[in-house]
Amino acid sequence: MSRTDWEVVIGLEVHSQLNTQSKIFSGASIAFGAEPNVQACAVDIALPGVLPVLNKGAVERAIRFGLAVGATVSPKSIFARKNYFYPDLPKGYQISQYELPVVQGGHLDLLVPDGKGGHYEKRVNLTRAHLEEDAGKSLHEDFHGMTGIDLNRAGTPLLEIVSEPDMRSSAEAVAYAKALHALVRWIDICDGNMQEGSFRCDANVSVRPRGQAEFGTRREIKNLNSFRFLQQAIDYEIQWQIDLIEDGGKVQQATVLFDPDTGETRAMRSKEDAHDYRYFPDPDLLPLVIGADWIDRVKGEMPELPAALSARFQGEYGLSAYDATTLTASRETAQFYVDAVASAGAASAKTCANWVMGDLAARLNKAELDITASPVSATQLAGLVARIADNTISNAIAKRVFEALWNKEGESADAIIEAQGLKQVTDTGAIEAIIDEVLAANQKSVEEFRAGKEKAFNALVGQCMKASKGKANPAQVNELLKKKLG
Amino acid sequence: MIDSSLKDIAAALRAKRVSAVELATESLARIEAGNGRINAFVTTCRDSALQAAAEADARIAAGTAGPLTGIPLAHKDVFCTEGVLTTCGSKMLSNFVSPYDAHVVTLLKQAGAVMVGKTNMDEFAMGSSNENSHFGPTRNPWNLDCVPGGSSGGSAAAIAARMVPIATGTDTGGSVRQPASFCGVTGIKPTYGTVSRYGMIAYASSLDQGGAFARSAEDCALLLSAMTGHDPRDSTSLEREAEDYSRDLAKPLAGLRIGLPKEFFADGMDDDVRASVEAALAEYRKLGATTVEVSLPNARLAIPAYYVIAPAEASSNLSRFDGVRYGHRAAEYTDLNDMYCKSRAQGFGAEVKRRILVGTYVLSHGYYDAYYIKAQKLRRLIANDFAAAFQQCDVIAGPTAPTTAFGIGAKTDDPVQMYLGDIYTVAVNLAGLPGLSHPAGFGKGGLPVGLQLIGNYFGEARLLGVAHQFQQATDWHARAPQA
Repeated sequence: MSRTDWEVVIGLEVHSQLNTQSKIFSGASIAFGAEPNVQACAVDIALPGVLPVLNKGAVERAIRFGLAVGATVSPKSIFARKNYFYPDLPKGYQISQYELPVVQGGHLDLLVPDGKGGHYEKRVNLTRAHLEEDAGKSLHEDFHGMTGIDLNRAGTPLLEIVSEPDMRSSAEAVAYAKALHALVRWIDICDGNMQEGSFRCDANVSVRPRGQAEFGTRREIKNLNSFRFLQQAIDYEIQWQIDLIEDGGKVQQATVLFDPDTGETRAMRSKEDAHDYRYFPDPDLLPLVIGADWIDRVKGEMPELPAALSARFQGEYGLSAYDATTLTASRETAQFYVDAVASAGAASAKTCANWVMGDLAARLNKAELDITASPVSATQLAGLVARIADNTISNAIAKRVFEALWNKEGESADAIIEAQGLKQVTDTGAIEAIIDEVLAANQKSVEEFRAGKEKAFNALVGQCMKASKGKANPAQVNELLKKKLG
Repeated sequence: MIDSSLKDIAAALRAKRVSAVELATESLARIEAGNGRINAFVTTCRDSALQAAAEADARIAAGTAGPLTGIPLAHKDVFCTEGVLTTCGSKMLSNFVSPYDAHVVTLLKQAGAVMVGKTNMDEFAMGSSNENSHFGPTRNPWNLDCVPGGSSGGSAAAIAARMVPIATGTDTGGSVRQPASFCGVTGIKPTYGTVSRYGMIAYASSLDQGGAFARSAEDCALLLSAMTGHDPRDSTSLEREAEDYSRDLAKPLAGLRIGLPKEFFADGMDDDVRASVEAALAEYRKLGATTVEVSLPNARLAIPAYYVIAPAEASSNLSRFDGVRYGHRAAEYTDLNDMYCKSRAQGFGAEVKRRILVGTYVLSHGYYDAYYIKAQKLRRLIANDFAAAFQQCDVIAGPTAPTTAFGIGAKTDDPVQMYLGDIYTVAVNLAGLPGLSHPAGFGKGGLPVGLQLIGNYFGEARLLGVAHQFQQATDWHARAPQA
């Protein structure tokens, strides 16, 4: 049986909550976790007669995003009303942007894992990003068959970032979402807290026989709030669509929800019950006009972007694209790395990168700490790297020193090496003495080696290192041992 | 005393010949005596009025009074008033006590005006007769069998019946000017964006504008001066300083060019209206003004454009009245959708439902371009017509309405006939221009006729000055209906 080769097409819509102080059209706070309805003012609960006033901070963040993805920041954009009834939508319409969004176009370059331990480059184009307000929350539990409404979230500023259908696998979708997540945090427009819903993904998924020009019918998976769920939901959906088509069915356009407990997607509503939202320009708000001077000012305040910094790391320090991308995943990590290299010297840049991405990242991960809370500072790590570079300690000992730094056993790598006597032994006489001792105590291994068992040599090296408490320079041990045996 | 001009009342207050408490008491007594017949007020606020009056007296004694301090005032019930019922003429809000004051209400409180009550209106300001009120129709003080006009009919009737000397209104398609005409009082709607809409319950946001009623243009100028100024809570509020709208009152009319749109003087106007309007224009010429014919070729499209745009905005603006958070909620319902349907079916009257349906239709997928976008284009054409006309004249004049006040019930079965009554007023809202109506005589059955003056943008002071000069030479505005 010949199987069709299916191509997957994915586009993402990401709702990124902007980290302003107050709501997009009112002065109420957007802080998370307050008692229900205490952060909902007259405007948010849509009392009769109230009017929206646009929060400039939200616009500024949209501009920052537009600049960061190389998009056009619209000189004029329009707020529109999206009309529908729902209890947690107090006005009976959501203020959003429809025909003229604030950000148009743009792109994001990413590295996608190829599943074989490597990575490939991928560019995802953006369609648009627009400003809108969030709705409140309907609480269906704890109200004995009734629904509770919490309007604290109503009016929270969102930037909805819409990609082109450029992704061809769940891995690409996740890589894009992660890169976008890193970027919005990097440019400080969103806290990126996915548990609290600050960064939510909707995935439009369709499949088509490879080579077919037209897209297949898509289904939209709503509200995915972790990268894992994003991956699971897309993978499940792809297989579901392929199975359906191969069984002779047809995909119907629909909105679906992902159930993390079952790992399945299920239809929420079909195209037939799609709302007519009756969009029209909100007459309470003037067109949003963004002058070149405003854009220039925001540009002047932008931090160096991760892509630029990554390129700099590759150019100046000879890092691989993957390493440079990993180190620029967040501003904090990048800053830590830059500080470490500044202290250790550019010659040690690669070693610094290995430590930041390797032992430090693993240790932080295990302790569930952010790099800004790292017990080992960038300067301390740089001190450690310097001692590796000048052969004061071996890599093995360095791990012990790092652990000691982590546990605050000393102020610096030097202090710990000194206090714990971890300095590498490079004195030929001292190493020879150790070797002699070891050879005397391990005659059996010596005989085995002489009989041609190469492994016996390694065992002897290990014994020497052990006898030196790990401090003997391994290269010297090797060399001297060979000489003695040879 | 409350029949005097604001200037005279203020002088009497300063001279301690009368107190604000006495004025409020007098006003409340008149409302109590007359409201049973006229139904101009939905709510009266005796206690808070007397307290505000006492505070006004203290300000007067302290010498910190302004021109409106201690003056009894009525607010159209479209303005939110903290702690006071704010119904918008609807069953939907018949239980709604606003927790906050509209910007206009705050400004007039600060000015020391004493709110004695909230006036009746067409439900959600939709109507031209005040018959669409959940609280029953307001009656015209000149003839109780006639309508007072609308939607600010309660405010106009309250002025005509001498219950209060000043009142606020709102004008979306003529809702200040037409009732002013029907009730023989003066009313002005300023340039769109002049009066903050914050706290003014929205009907059609791009057209709604607060306005002022009084017996004379001079008093309107004082009231309007206290109602305006930039409000950051309304994004459409113009960033202009508050103005003194009395500044042009003394300006003579010599050299004034009055444009007469030929379309407004063609067929459609009743003969008695035409006679009074022509006589008033003759008076203006006598006072030194010249008249010139102008043309507003697209004005005839104003009614259809208005009845697309206003319902479209209204259909969305009124979505918030869903029974979830405040206002009327049906007593029994089976589920969420049923609650919405029943609450809104019960809470809204027929005209409001009609406009929500029309508005929903014109915004629907497939109809939006044909109706809403088209109407917006007409709106631009109409504004262009006015701009061209103002190349030739300083103000535009004509009838405010094609008829005098009609009988209660006369047009209730024919909404289109009712809409056509707004023929001279709606174009002004579509263009965002200021418009004023002042008494210009009396027609059949002794019912008042109003003359409409339309100004260029920010021409309020001049309009009020022109009307004031007319009122210095005539006494139509001073006549009162028989008690």
